[in-house]
Formats: sequence, C-alpha cells, structure tokens
Amino acid sequence: MSLALTRAGGPAIVGNAERRGGRKDHSGHEATVDESIVGPDPWTRRVFGGYLPLIIACLIIVLPLLWMVLGSFKTADEVITQDLVLWPHHPSFAAYANASAKVNFPQLFMNSVLVTAVGATVKVVLAITSAYAFAFLRFPGKRIIFLAILVALMVPSQVSLVPNYITIAGMGGVNTYWGIILPGLGTAFGTFLLRQNFMSLPIDVLEAAEMDGAGHLSRLFRMVVPMSTPAIATVALVTIVDEWNNYIWPLVITTDDSRMTLPVGLTLLKNIEGDPSAYPILMAGAVVVILPVLIVFLFLQRYIVAGLTQGAVK
Amino acid sequence: MSASGTIAGPRRRLNRRRLRESLLFVAFVLPNAALIAVFTYRPLILNVWYSMLDWTLGSARATFIGLGNYREFFTKDAGAVLGTTLIFTVVTVGGSMLIGLGLAVVLNRRLIGRNPARATVFAPYVLSGVGVGLVWTFIFDPVGGVLAAVLRKFGASSPQWFLQPGLSLTMVIIVYIWKNLGYCAVIYLAALQAVPRDLLEAAALDGAGRSRTFRSIVWPLISPTTFFLLMTTILSSLQSFDLIRIMTPMGQGTTTLMYASYLQAFGGYNRAGYSSAISTILVVILLILTVFQMRFLERKVYYA
Repeated sequence: MSLALTRAGGPAIVGNAERRGGRKDHSGHEATVDESIVGPDPWTRRVFGGYLPLIIACLIIVLPLLWMVLGSFKTADEVITQDLVLWPHHPSFAAYANASAKVNFPQLFMNSVLVTAVGATVKVVLAITSAYAFAFLRFPGKRIIFLAILVALMVPSQVSLVPNYITIAGMGGVNTYWGIILPGLGTAFGTFLLRQNFMSLPIDVLEAAEMDGAGHLSRLFRMVVPMSTPAIATVALVTIVDEWNNYIWPLVITTDDSRMTLPVGLTLLKNIEGDPSAYPILMAGAVVVILPVLIVFLFLQRYIVAGLTQGAVK
Repeated sequence: MSASGTIAGPRRRLNRRRLRESLLFVAFVLPNAALIAVFTYRPLILNVWYSMLDWTLGSARATFIGLGNYREFFTKDAGAVLGTTLIFTVVTVGGSMLIGLGLAVVLNRRLIGRNPARATVFAPYVLSGVGVGLVWTFIFDPVGGVLAAVLRKFGASSPQWFLQPGLSLTMVIIVYIWKNLGYCAVIYLAALQAVPRDLLEAAALDGAGRSRTFRSIVWPLISPTTFFLLMTTILSSLQSFDLIRIMTPMGQGTTTLMYASYLQAFGGYNRAGYSSAISTILVVILLILTVFQMRFLERKVYYA
C-alpha cells in the first residue's frame, strides 16, 4: 500500500488528527447541497442515483469476502463440482486443519504477529523521537535532514530489493526474524505525520513546562505524547497494518517455513496445492490473513482512513 | 557549532545547552536516519552500479559490462514490458479514479448509511494483497469459480483467465481496481465536501442543473485533488506487486517493469545485474513523475 503525501509543509497537509476526534466525517464539515434551496431529491434520484449504486458497490466489495469465508468452510467436493454450492452443507473447520497440516499455520501466524509487533513498536518509537527532534530541537542542517527523510517516502521499497538482499544475506540474515524486520524499520511516514502534529501543539504549554525546569525527555513523555495520542494511534495502526500485509521483502528473504510470515506461507501453500480442490484450504489461509485486519479496521476505521489519506486534501 | 574556549560564564552555559540539545537530536534522529540512508538511499546507488554488471545472484564473480543490460532490455524486453506497464497503469488509474469519483458523488448525498458505506468501500485498500489475490483466484477459477458457475447458467463457458496473457492482465486489473478504488472515493469525497456550499447554492439560484453545476463549479474546484490522485495512483500502480505475484506467478501477460525486475532476480533467473537495470529504469520514471508532481503542485491553480 502506498502513502499519500505532497510536500513538506505544503498547503495540502492535514495537520491534526484531533480534529477527527469528533463525530463528523474526517473532512470536518458537511457540505452537501442545501435541500431548502435545490429542493428535495425526487425519490427516483434518491434510489437510482443514490441507494442503488451504493448498495451495488457495497455488494461488490462484501460478496467476495463473504465468498472467501464460505469457501473456507466447504469440502473439496463442494468446490470442484459443476453445480455451484452457495452454502457449505456440512460447515467445518476441516480446511483450517488441513491447511495446518500442509504448512505450519500456527507458526506462520506467530511469525507474522512477532514481526508485526516488533517492527511496528520500533517504528512508532523511532517516529516519535525523530518527530520530536525535528519539531523542537535545534540542530545545524535540520531542514535538509528532514527533507532527505521526507523524500524517502517517494522511494518504493521494491526497487531496493536486490541491494538489500545482498546486504542482509551477507550479514547472515536469510531466514531470520531480524533479517525480515531490519530493512523496513526506518520510518519516513511516521516521522512526517507526527512532526506535523507536534508542531500544532500549544507551544505556550510546552514553554511553561520548560520554565518550570522540565527537560526534553520529560516534556516529550509527560506532555507531547499524551497530547498527541490520536495522531500516534493513527501512525501505529497504519504501521501495524503495513507490517502485517508486508509481502515482497519477507518473500525474498525467507525460504524456510519456520520463519515465513503469513502472506509468504500462503504463497507456498498455493504453490504446493495446485488443483482446484485445494480452494477451501487456500480460503482458510486468506481468512487468517485478512480477518484480523478487517476486524481492526471495523472498529478503528476512522484513524486508519485518516492516516492513509493524510496529506491528500486540505 | 561554535566552541571557543575562553568566554564568560552565561555564554558557556548556553553553549553547553546547545551542545546537549544537539546531542539529544542526534540520539533521537540518528537511528531512523541511518536506517533510511542504508536501506532506502544506498540501494538506489548500488542499483546503478549493479546494473552495469553481468552478475548471477549468489555468485562471487561479476563482470563489468557497462550499459549491456540496458542495451539488452531496450532491444529485447522493453516493448512487451513497457507496453504491459502502460496498459496496467492507464487502466487501473483511470478505472479507480473514475469509479472512485462516481462513488464519491453518491456518498456525498444525504443518504442513510453512507458512513458505513464509505468504510466498506475503503476496506479492501487495507487488506493483504496476497489474501485478496487468493480470494479472486478462487472467484475467477474456470472450473470451481463462482464466475464460471454464473456463466454456465447463461450457457457460456468460462474464459481461461489464467492461461491467456490478455485475460490474465484483465483479471489482475479488475482486482487491482476493486482493491484500490476506495482510496480514490474517500479522497474525492473529502474534496467534494470542501466545495463551498454558497457556490453551489448560487449556482442553483441561477438555475444551473446538477450536471451543469458539476461541470462548471465542482469539477474545476476539485481539479487539484484529481491531479494529486492521478500522480499518487500512477506511482502506486507502477509499484504494484502483491496481486500480480499471487495471481499470475509466472507473470503471464502481467510482467510490468516492477514484476520484470522481481522475476529476473528472484523468479529463477538469478540475474541480479539485469534486474537492477530494470529497477533503475523504474526509479528514473518514478523520479520524473515525482519532480513533475512537485513542480505542478507549486502552482496551486484551480483551472488546470
């Protein structure tokens, strides 16, 4: 997934996640056409220009995911038949068990959890400290360093594949957790987003704390971090989702299924299970990789959408 | 930093404070900056060097061949790869922006349940590309797939999505749009909601119909968003990998620049030098687009 961003301090950056704490849409205010002037929508327009396309769009999004869940509870016979079986006749977790027999699913899951937890934690900490430094500390050449970090957002990790593989493999990092985690730890996105947020904090409160003799560390952890919880939550959630879904690097750096993350393990599963009867197993795998993110998204979508569309619209 | 020896007390104290502040800055920024330097910037330079080598991945020996890899690419693979990249990018970008705008217009109406609908439409954007690719592989399967079953109901047989290159590309494009259109929809929606209400009311009072209002007021006002989306979706489309890898592992009909670079190094050929050459070409394209975007955004004109 790619991150939306314009340029440093540009006009298009949404500054503060706190604004989204309210109950409105994340753009802040409603600007639909005032019906008292335009007149109410005729019902035909409401249906054909409103509810109907909306329902169709939602169905197109939801049905494939529903199909995935149903498929994971079917038997092999039910998916290779010429007559479409909509609902599994004998819903069972057999596919999940079978998938675990082919590749070590609990292990893959634990690997993904570990890589995500460690990677996201380090990234969020790095983002907080870097953002604080760029927002509040003086240093010669600070602007240029910030710009360099910012521009890194434009460089896709895909193009660094061969050089990073050579580096990590040379250090003995193939099939290791640190080899999976290390190259992705630098965070331009989090640094950028949190710096924007820190700079919008009430400066007089921080200055008052400084007068009272509070050092940088105590100002950071006692004031800046607590005041920026929504923004930090946004960065954390986006980072977690990114780490969980991360595919190309773990795919390249792991060959042993004891260290593979879920997406890589699923690739292996697809490779060894070539014929259509394996679909219940593959759907079980898809459920395991998709469902956790979907659940998190359902409850915290406001933060995630805000984080991912940050910087797009004024 | 200035650090002269003999100065009065307060000055020295100030200097010491500046020094401590600088040290804290280094402690706070260095890990992050070093990681980005080593794993983001250094590879860009290494790529250029590697791209001039005839080098098998894992081999200790490499031969310098100058621009040989580039010559090979532009005489052998460029036509097919650049063509596929162009089709994939144009159709996915156009498709997701167009459908996204349409959905945004609908979501901007006062409808019951439009917030859950907005979230639903956005959801696929955050889901694992591998998981999504598997789900759609199942749907498109010519034997057990639900699409094939529906076609059978109408007496048609399923196309061979996974065997014919053109169909494979079509399939991956459809899934890519499915996964990414929510991003365009949500950003367009925010732009629509930022259109000043009084302009719309004035247009309505002047007797402008909906389509006229959209063409003459809304579309020009959201043109910066259109441009922004155009650039960001082109950039991410050029980098897309997950769906292509999981749905068409051999890159049949779907070998874009990105995927060609992956296949050459890690798809069995182990051609590190050639892969780096393709990566470098991709970086140059991304760079040109980024510079173009920044230049353009400097002038924030509405009537672009």
